[in-house]
Amino acid sequence: MPLLEIRGLTVEFPTHAGLFRAVDGVDLTVEPGDVLGIVGESGSGKSVSMLAIMGLLPKNARITAERLAFDGHDLRGLSARQRRKLVGKDMAIIFQEPMTSLNPCFTVGYQLKESLRVHEGLSGAALQRRAVELLEKVGIPAPESRLRAFPHQLSGGMNQRVMIAIGIACNPRLLIADEPTTALDVTIQKQILDLLVDLQRERGMALVMITHDMGVVAETAQRVCVMYAGQIMEQQPSEALFTRPHHPYTAALLDALPERALGRDRLPTIPGVVPGLHDRPAGCLFNPRCQNAQAHCRAVLPALAKQGPQALRCFYPVNDSNLVSGDAR
Amino acid sequence: MSAALRDQTPAAAEAPVLQARDLTRHYAVKRGLFKEPASVKALDGVSFDLQAGRTLAVVGESGCGKSTLARLVTMIETPTAGQLVLSGQDVTNISGGALKAVRKNVQIVFQDPYASLNPRKRVGAILEEALKINTDMSAAERRAAAEAMMAKVGLRPEFYNRYPHMFSGGQRQRIAIARALMLRPKVVVADEPVSALDLSVQAQVLNLLMDLQQEFKLAYLFVSHNLSVVRHIADEVLVMYLGRPAEHGPKEAIFSHPRHPYTKALLSATPQVNPALRAERIPLKGELPSPLNPPSGCAFHKRCPYATERCSQERPALRPVDGRQVACHYAESIG
Repeated sequence: MPLLEIRGLTVEFPTHAGLFRAVDGVDLTVEPGDVLGIVGESGSGKSVSMLAIMGLLPKNARITAERLAFDGHDLRGLSARQRRKLVGKDMAIIFQEPMTSLNPCFTVGYQLKESLRVHEGLSGAALQRRAVELLEKVGIPAPESRLRAFPHQLSGGMNQRVMIAIGIACNPRLLIADEPTTALDVTIQKQILDLLVDLQRERGMALVMITHDMGVVAETAQRVCVMYAGQIMEQQPSEALFTRPHHPYTAALLDALPERALGRDRLPTIPGVVPGLHDRPAGCLFNPRCQNAQAHCRAVLPALAKQGPQALRCFYPVNDSNLVSGDAR
Repeated sequence: MSAALRDQTPAAAEAPVLQARDLTRHYAVKRGLFKEPASVKALDGVSFDLQAGRTLAVVGESGCGKSTLARLVTMIETPTAGQLVLSGQDVTNISGGALKAVRKNVQIVFQDPYASLNPRKRVGAILEEALKINTDMSAAERRAAAEAMMAKVGLRPEFYNRYPHMFSGGQRQRIAIARALMLRPKVVVADEPVSALDLSVQAQVLNLLMDLQQEFKLAYLFVSHNLSVVRHIADEVLVMYLGRPAEHGPKEAIFSHPRHPYTKALLSATPQVNPALRAERIPLKGELPSPLNPPSGCAFHKRCPYATERCSQERPALRPVDGRQVACHYAESIG
């Protein structure tokens, strides 16, 4: 049974100019022990879809889904109380900005112990021991004294380690990391990524890594899902995606990487910008920027074709794809 | 850069537009009522030459002094010691009208285009402001100049009357670039100009920067932490650690055979899409030390996998090794 099963997840926000669809029919499954990378540009819906699963979106968000299940339990009709039992225990999330996601008014020890107290019922010496153990686990030197520190007394990298310690405190089966290293320097980024991957292996938990950095995904994920304007465009095992992308969007993104253009003077670019609220095109959402776009792409939305770990939303894929989309809607 | 090194570069014959000699900037930090104020050496002895039409990339982690360097070069702040020469003129301690005159030649593009444009001004006004202050062009001439520059950076003329909030990040960065070029500067300091942009837009802006460099013979001081971008755009690279240069030389030399352990570590820490480009891993322990209390000897020795007794006592001087400058006692045996 998959650990996380999402089918047809759609998230809409009311704006003064009408409903904005931030996530549009997303299908995803995460097996226990999976490392899934979700990449996309800003506004592609990668964070919003994960926040929807965690129940962390603002009240005005309209979330609909055919299926939204964690470990077989339906997440859609959960009461706030039931959800609190799950979130922070079996599924946990790490946010992008460690400096702003920790509460500046409390010591990191208090914030780390909070989830252990609530979910595991620990107290006293056992609680202290477990907290020290967790900080040691994430590589924080002198953990006893660091437990008494406030977030502003620690560096960004240290705070992100504390966030990770809080995330893994109750041995979650699913850890979602939303741009966990974007605010950090490269050498610290490397340390944090290694730590996440080690923890994932050691505990066999599933890890969903949301990022816009292709390099980070390539080095950590087993399977990669590419999102654009709220839709899944392509999904493949990591190595295959980076060597033989089938969606023209993925191919163009990879070509635009400076490290792939060594020796060339100018970088290949993708013309135009990601569609916003008012300029969502008819048909395939990528068609105005796509070099392969045909008349059919401008009229009809391609359906997401799926086979095993692969998925593709394109009528005219590149690099000999075994998958081709049919018409949707 | 040393004379020996300069002779190897093809542009050696040309006189540099910008020369920095041992640029140093210390800040005094108060530590309470009864303690002596401490001194933070944000920048400590940085030298380089920059020729027209060339790009010098400054690389390092946060706190390494790259932004301080950008502030000194743009003459927003004056150095504590050292010398800054612009087109043969010493501008180190220049002030008043003379400062205003030379400042025109150095402009800056900031990292975050959402924060660097005045939301209450139209694009036209943003671009013309510099002309209004620094030239005696008429309103019609200014408008013509602004529209010409907009065409150059790929903005449509009807954007002239729009406000910054109506644009995407990439377009805003084009506006910021156009603003920097309005006075036809010789040197442009680009402080992480693409790090706030999405991948597909990042490539567009990098191409634009390279096109403009060719057209106007601009010298770029390109501050970045993204080594793949630096590898694409730079001619020369200056790697900094805690306010001091660690390694400085031509891009090819530094990327293919880094000689300083910190450069090696930075390169190996950069995530690579292509497995073939993934370098041998150099795990770096710990974090950047506090500049208030830098380690003795080589500032990097506490994190360096090759460090010996000597490194903790003696600070390595910048010296020429294998076609670049390195500040490491063991540069020959590394790499």
